[in-house]
Amino acid sequence: MVVDCALTEQDVDRIFQALADQTRRDILRRAIQGGESVSVLSHHYEMSFAAVQKHVAVLERAALVTKERRGREQIVHTQRATLRRAMTLLDAYEQLWMQRIDQITDILTITEGEPT
Amino acid sequence: MTVISSQKDAENLTLTIVAEFDATPEHVWEVWEDPRKLERWWGPPTFPATFTRHDFVVGGESRYFMTGPEGETPRGWWRIDAIDRPRRLDFANGLAGDDGGPVPGVEPTSAYMTLEAVGSGTRMTTVTRFVDVEQMELLLGMGMQEGMAQAIGQVDSLLSPSRSRA
Repeated sequence: MVVDCALTEQDVDRIFQALADQTRRDILRRAIQGGESVSVLSHHYEMSFAAVQKHVAVLERAALVTKERRGREQIVHTQRATLRRAMTLLDAYEQLWMQRIDQITDILTITEGEPT
Repeated sequence: MTVISSQKDAENLTLTIVAEFDATPEHVWEVWEDPRKLERWWGPPTFPATFTRHDFVVGGESRYFMTGPEGETPRGWWRIDAIDRPRRLDFANGLAGDDGGPVPGVEPTSAYMTLEAVGSGTRMTTVTRFVDVEQMELLLGMGMQEGMAQAIGQVDSLLSPSRSRA
C-alpha cells in the first residue's frame, strides 16, 4: 500500500488542533459511518447549533470532515484518510520504540550473565 | 520475555512505552550508558546509529549519526539532564546539523527513562514528550519512514475492525 504522507506543517498543525477537542473527536466518531447531519449532531451536545457548526468548520479546515448539502440538511462525513495520517505520526514513534525494545532484548540476551 | 504496553496521548504529544526485560536494572542501564551498546539499538534496523560522543554525565552531550540504506546520514544529539544510576535518566534529543551540533531553532524532545526491579527482571518506562507537531515531523524525517509504513498498516487495521492484524 502506498500512502502519500506529504502534509505541510500547517496542515498537521490544523489536524492536531482540531483533534485536541473532545466534542470534535466525538463528531468524527459519529460521522464516520455514512455521515451525520449537523442538526442531528447538535442534539448530542449541550451547545447551540451555531456552536456545533463552528466545531464542524474547524474539522473541515483540517480536512478531517467534508460537508455535503442534501436538501436543507448539511451532512458531515469523516475523512478517514486525514485521520489516519494524523494518527500515523504518533504511531511511527511507537513503532520506532518497539524496534528499539526488540534490539535491547537481543543485546541483553547476549550479554546477560557475562561480566560487564 | 518482553512485555510491552504503550500509551499515545495526541493532545499532549506524549508517548509512553513500558517494557520488561529478563535482566537486572544494572544490565539494562548499560544499554544506555555504554555507547557501543547504545548504538546497537538506538537506530531502526535499517538506520543503525553510530555515537561519536557520549558524555554520560549531567550536562554532558552526545553526538550521533544514523546510516540509511541509501547512504544518507541524518544526525542527532543528546543532552543529559538527570542521572540516577541505575534508576532514572532524563535527556533531551534533537536534530543535529552537519557539524553535529543542535540545529538552531529546532527544539529537542524531552525523554524520561526509569528502571525498576520487578521480580528477577526490570521494567523500563520511557516517556517522550514532543514540543509540537512540526518537531515530530522533522524528527520523523530522520530515516524513520520505515516505521511510518508499518505504522500505517497498524492504523489501517484499527480503522477497519474486520481486517485481521498483521
